[in-house]
Amino acid sequence: MKHDSQAERFDVIVIGGGHAGCEAAAASARMGARTALVTKSISDIGVMSCNPAIGGLGKGQIVREIDALDGLMARMADRAGIQFRILNRSRGPAARGPRAQIDRRLYQRAMQTELATYPNLSTVVGMVDGLILQEGQVSGVRLHDGRAVLAGAVVLTAGTFLRGVIHIGRKRIAAGRVGEAPAELLGRNLESFGLAVGRLKTGTPARLHQRTIDWDGLERQPGDSDPEPFSFLSDGIATPQVDCRITRTTAATHDIIRDAFVDSPLRTGAIVGHGPRYCPSIEDKVSRFGDRDGHQIFLEPEGFDTELVYPNGVSTSLSESAQERFLRTIPGLERVEIARYGYAIEYDYFDPRGLFPTLESKNLCRLFLAGQVNGTTGYEEAAGQGVLAGINAALRSSGATPAVLERSASFIGVMIDDLTSRGVTEPYRMFTSRSEFRLSLRADNADFRLTPVGTSLGCVSGGRTAAFRMRELETSEVARKLSGLSATPQMTRSFGIDVKEDGVRRTAMELLARVDVCFEDLIRMWPELSNSSASARMQVETDAKYAVYLDRQNGAVSDYRARLAAKLSPDLDYRSIPGLSNEIRSRLLKAKPLTLGHAYEVEGMTPAAMTLLAAYAKRGEAGA
Amino acid sequence: MAESDTIFALATPPGRSALAVFRISGAQAGYVLEMLSGRAVPEARRVVLRAISDPDSGERIDTGLATFFKGPASFTGEDLLELTVHGGRGVINAVSSILRRFEKVRTAEPGEFTRRAYSAGKFDLAQAEAIADLIDSETEFQRRQALRLLDNGLGRRAEVWRQSLLQIAVELESVLDFSDEGDVGEAQVEGLVARAEELRLEIVRARDAGARSLALRNGFTVVIAGPPNVGKSTLFNLLAGSELAIVTEYAGTTRDLLSTDLDLDGVPVKLVDTAGVRVALDPVEAIGVERARSAIGSADLVVRLQSGDVDPFDEAAPGDLVVWSKADRFAPPKGVIAISSVDFDSISKLIKSIRERALNTVGDGSEGLLTRQRHLDALAISADALGRLIEASRGNRLELAAEECRDVNVALGSISGSFGAEELLGAIFARFCIGK
Repeated sequence: MKHDSQAERFDVIVIGGGHAGCEAAAASARMGARTALVTKSISDIGVMSCNPAIGGLGKGQIVREIDALDGLMARMADRAGIQFRILNRSRGPAARGPRAQIDRRLYQRAMQTELATYPNLSTVVGMVDGLILQEGQVSGVRLHDGRAVLAGAVVLTAGTFLRGVIHIGRKRIAAGRVGEAPAELLGRNLESFGLAVGRLKTGTPARLHQRTIDWDGLERQPGDSDPEPFSFLSDGIATPQVDCRITRTTAATHDIIRDAFVDSPLRTGAIVGHGPRYCPSIEDKVSRFGDRDGHQIFLEPEGFDTELVYPNGVSTSLSESAQERFLRTIPGLERVEIARYGYAIEYDYFDPRGLFPTLESKNLCRLFLAGQVNGTTGYEEAAGQGVLAGINAALRSSGATPAVLERSASFIGVMIDDLTSRGVTEPYRMFTSRSEFRLSLRADNADFRLTPVGTSLGCVSGGRTAAFRMRELETSEVARKLSGLSATPQMTRSFGIDVKEDGVRRTAMELLARVDVCFEDLIRMWPELSNSSASARMQVETDAKYAVYLDRQNGAVSDYRARLAAKLSPDLDYRSIPGLSNEIRSRLLKAKPLTLGHAYEVEGMTPAAMTLLAAYAKRGEAGA
Repeated sequence: MAESDTIFALATPPGRSALAVFRISGAQAGYVLEMLSGRAVPEARRVVLRAISDPDSGERIDTGLATFFKGPASFTGEDLLELTVHGGRGVINAVSSILRRFEKVRTAEPGEFTRRAYSAGKFDLAQAEAIADLIDSETEFQRRQALRLLDNGLGRRAEVWRQSLLQIAVELESVLDFSDEGDVGEAQVEGLVARAEELRLEIVRARDAGARSLALRNGFTVVIAGPPNVGKSTLFNLLAGSELAIVTEYAGTTRDLLSTDLDLDGVPVKLVDTAGVRVALDPVEAIGVERARSAIGSADLVVRLQSGDVDPFDEAAPGDLVVWSKADRFAPPKGVIAISSVDFDSISKLIKSIRERALNTVGDGSEGLLTRQRHLDALAISADALGRLIEASRGNRLELAAEECRDVNVALGSISGSFGAEELLGAIFARFCIGK
């Protein structure tokens, strides 16, 4: 191409500055790759386009995992959070998820400031119209103004911008977010390379003017009195904390929604994409669950210096007038003014089964995809993919082998494995029940699970590595002490712990595994134990309480690994394997599974075909 | 059913033949030969003559040829023993039942030798196609097996259990994943515990019933009893199809119990020959008579043999099958079951009536739905895990209860198919209005 001579050249290009894009660019830069973040406007970097919150059940674990890999989201959220809560605090640690309300502007500002000075990272302002290919491999991007930017690998994080269409009542507007043009040309360009495209839908509620809400009499939802930060590196939360409020829809609300439903794009058939079952619009809720005793709405402030409020629970694509009317039937909202109407948005996604678990496209070598383009929803899900895509783009660009995050070691791994092996039928969100290893994939031990992985991959800075080593050392020291201390039943009973009088000495660790014993009890028995950090105590106690279960689960984990980890070559020519049915053969050629585990997930796979492949995987290993 | 088990099967067609070849593959193959022959494993790939005895009783079974192949240089890639014995049914049954008694040794599943050979990379690509066809048909066979189980009623019940477990999972997981949703609210621990307890009891009942029927099926014991010289051993040999028992015209020839496993058209039966019951003439015979009495006491069916030339000693008990032998020489009373060693029809009829009695006792599977040990194991695991689930729920440790629930799902899944994350989430979304 003639403009190649003047083209700027990087190791990695990241298209898009949303949550996936920011993490991908930062991860790639941490890996030492010269990275360009291409965005159509610097002010769009780090925008939270839907609800003003980060974390939650399952999602909070992902935020901690991103942090463990030295990503940005947790630290930015700690700078911008205005209400922190640990969900399921009353339950065991494996059920807990950190969540925070976020001040949008603070978050954006924090992210933009962070990236502006990030080593190895440059920002390129421009709209990407298409990919540049060299010998069938992606080698850069073409911008709308004719410039070319070249790199050894490209990460695409286009969010909902690929042929996005917004629906409000019977109105249809082509847009990526409200007021922002979609990426039409890029969408068409990508489709021309044969990536399988599907259509999904999501929605967002209206934004309300805070001063037009009657707050008195609405139920308060305060944050935790002692806010717990997301990041393992944050010392505490400096931002002032605010309350959310709770209200409910009424019978009058439901009447208006039912009447207005004839104009809903869901009813008229204007929307073809599938929406998520777990985040239905209020019209869906009313038609599926009827009146109940009203549907709960959380009124979440969008920040300090904004006067916008996000009414969580009433996402809608009804017409403007219907939105206004139904909102005003809700207690507290009788005289509410709407700052921006809610809408449904339909957008293209690429079938994630077209990706390797490294997030590299099977069709287009050196192209990585992350975020909503892969059919997920949620800032955290997008950011989690972004980290891995950024790491792998950097590895790819430097000629190294891309990495895979294991399903048994992280929710990010669970998500990517689900996506690339099963695909999606609705926007994919993380739930802890998706993991078969919930007891070990906890928010409290994300650093133990992933920081060493990140350090060996090269995406963790020296400061974090040192901080983690310290925590690891303290924790193992406490664990060692507890295994060394023991007490007779008599002594133990004298401290009010009801053990059997069998004459058997029990170690402090064994005692701590009991439901009725906490670390403070041990300190009463052995005062020298008070000489240990709170974080180490808590970690050891949590591990001890789950030890029995984790032992069992570790058995399952290693069985699982052994069974499914046998490698298959991505270049394996399934046409040359006799005995496979044509149908399975063509699916395998398309899926290019990297391991037996991935092959097993291919639709229509039979035990017979698995047996054939098993022999093949073995043979591949022996030959290698 | 472990891949690491040593497996064996008859490599020659079943039925009467001059010779029969057993193939034994796996880590225990050499040990098995040592135990059967009482001698060290021979050099690999050399045919040796060996006396074959029951390692427990020391009783000689046969003399046969043994060839030992050291893995990986064998058909399956594992240690492999080929054992050629005489083809009589009694010998085959005796060898099979001895092999089954070894730990970690079991009968091979259909096609299992081939599959092992395949996994060991013993076939080239040209052969693979044929093998895949075979495995395919085998899968079809297993599918049909499974369908048969479904027809049997087990599948229907397992489906009910599965639904019930899914509801328990919905209770647990909705609280763990959606406690911040307005519609979910607090866990209803009492209802959850009650539901889990009900499911546990049902599974325990099914396991107990299954255990009874399995025990029955494994050992429906038929004892041939009667006074001396009435033809018990002759009948035993006719049924067993070989000359396991020594038959003479002298009364009191059989001194000890003699048994063999029979397959009466799909119904497994253990057949036992006993010493004739009379006032014993010597101490050895007295012990034999004692043993006969005890075998009769524990039998599922007693074939009470009588003939016109011998006086009955013991009265037939109700439920006994009274059979008159030597019908060609001594006319039996009218209306009784009569057999003769020269009249094969009469023997076939007797086999039919024994089979019917066995079926009646074992049942048609309506009570004992569980026909396989692995099903019983799955139920036992499920019941235990449900017990722990209940305990964890009572202590409000729902994340632990959910873990137990997952174990139950996996265990029950081997009978009914387990539910995956998507189905579970679907059930949660159907029940609760999720989405804030």
